[in-house]
Amino acid sequence: MDRDPIYLDYSATTPVDPRVAAIMIPYLTEHYGNPASRSHPFGWTAEKAVENAREEVAKLVGADAREIVWTSGATESNNLAIKGAANFYASTKGKHIITIATEHKAVIDAVRELERIGFTATYLQPESNGLVDLAKFKAAIQPDTVLASVMMVNNEIGVIQDIEAIGNICRENNVIFHVDAAQATGKVEINLEKLPVDLMSFCAHKTYGPKGIGALYVRRKPRIRIEAQMHGGGHERGMRSGSLATHQIVGMGEAFRIAREEMEFENARTRKLRDKLLHGLQSIEETYVNGDLEHRVPHNLNISFNYVEGESLIMAIKDIAVSSGSACTSASLEPSYVLRAIGRNDELAHSSIRFSIGRFTTDADVEYTIELLKSKVNKLRELSPLWDMFKDGIDISKVQWAAH
Amino acid sequence: MAYSDKVLDHYENPRNVGSLDKNDPNVGTGMVGAPACGDVMKLMIKVNDSGIIEDAKFKTYGCGSAIASSSLVTEWLKGRTIDEAYSIKNSEIAEELALPPVKIHCSVLAEDAIKAAVADIKAKQLAAKEAA
Repeated sequence: MDRDPIYLDYSATTPVDPRVAAIMIPYLTEHYGNPASRSHPFGWTAEKAVENAREEVAKLVGADAREIVWTSGATESNNLAIKGAANFYASTKGKHIITIATEHKAVIDAVRELERIGFTATYLQPESNGLVDLAKFKAAIQPDTVLASVMMVNNEIGVIQDIEAIGNICRENNVIFHVDAAQATGKVEINLEKLPVDLMSFCAHKTYGPKGIGALYVRRKPRIRIEAQMHGGGHERGMRSGSLATHQIVGMGEAFRIAREEMEFENARTRKLRDKLLHGLQSIEETYVNGDLEHRVPHNLNISFNYVEGESLIMAIKDIAVSSGSACTSASLEPSYVLRAIGRNDELAHSSIRFSIGRFTTDADVEYTIELLKSKVNKLRELSPLWDMFKDGIDISKVQWAAH
Repeated sequence: MAYSDKVLDHYENPRNVGSLDKNDPNVGTGMVGAPACGDVMKLMIKVNDSGIIEDAKFKTYGCGSAIASSSLVTEWLKGRTIDEAYSIKNSEIAEELALPPVKIHCSVLAEDAIKAAVADIKAKQLAAKEAA
């Protein structure tokens, strides 16, 4: 490869901000104490750093620091919230769970696991723009619904759900409400003082912090209880045992502090770049944006290039690092379940690319990407029999294909 | 997905991209696959009076392996008889390109495309004979 690829996959993960990395390092080599050690200064220093980081995480999302529980990341937070709350309240509230078909696998599979042990679940289909219809959500609530889990920002298409409205419906119906906000921090204002949310999952590595650290918000007023999923030393008020990873926690705190201070400026900047990318790519014929453009995080663009297959497109644009909804990029042969759930046909799902812009993306990166896509999509369409058929006016959906 | 150099070469420099005149009685067309499955191959062969394939062209919608498999077979087909073409096996294609297990279906599709193109030319020849 002649050059380093341009990184446009910030929704997969972000680089650790150098300011974050710098603040973490002393907690590996100098301040290495266990924050649970109460009998000496090594422990006190670590504990102080952990509590300071907890404050920073809480501040970004309008929570009280006592409502923040450290975990290893959003997958663990989702599991702890969903299994922990469902199991705790099953005997009093019931055993039915509502979630959305476009949730992250960490939510879907946690709910599936609960189904395996006797819960029932509704997987609501969102509308074609990716958003949940509030009336349909309300209609899905049953007398025995214990928990609903809805993500704030979708990882693939970047749409923002109306968490406040969904939360209000949950409150009215005495349903515990969990929100996966892994993709939302630093992108969307979150104020848990006002939002009717009981449990919220976070992670650091989508917001320029390190991988392997996350948090779960557990509301205190009204108090929400969860059953621990990890048993041991009773850390984190018994909700999540395990020695705290001080350096990771310090990194998450710093990353969230920077997010709080810079998100307004940063979102304006990434939005401008995203819109430039959008306009550039829309000049290519037969392109389709996936998901609502208005209710959407500013840095995400998910777009399908009709009549071009996704994996070959990814190969053609190897100078940029992006994700595809194509089956060929994953172990399964099914295209993106998120794009299918919003009603995209297989062809468009296969030819989708998710661009996610971030803190270190430049104007030149976006310009290069537009030109690269224009030339490669054109090249692949010249190779594509479907493009020929489209140009000949043949409706491909009406052709009888032999499935294989 | 780590691809072999041969796949990358065919993908980046595909051979014999294009179409032949589908109304030419000496041209057989094979179109296999389905958009919903992520790959569609169109293979066209031109056969001379001695039953030898003179020209082969392809267009493929699909992943890199699918494009490479179809590009490769257009090279192999030229100069072969249609019966020789018919006997090309997917395993030969997969071996030549060192396809990983999850991409074997691309070689199967290429074999199917050859068989479909040969069947088409045979049907055309039969129809011509009956008309004569």
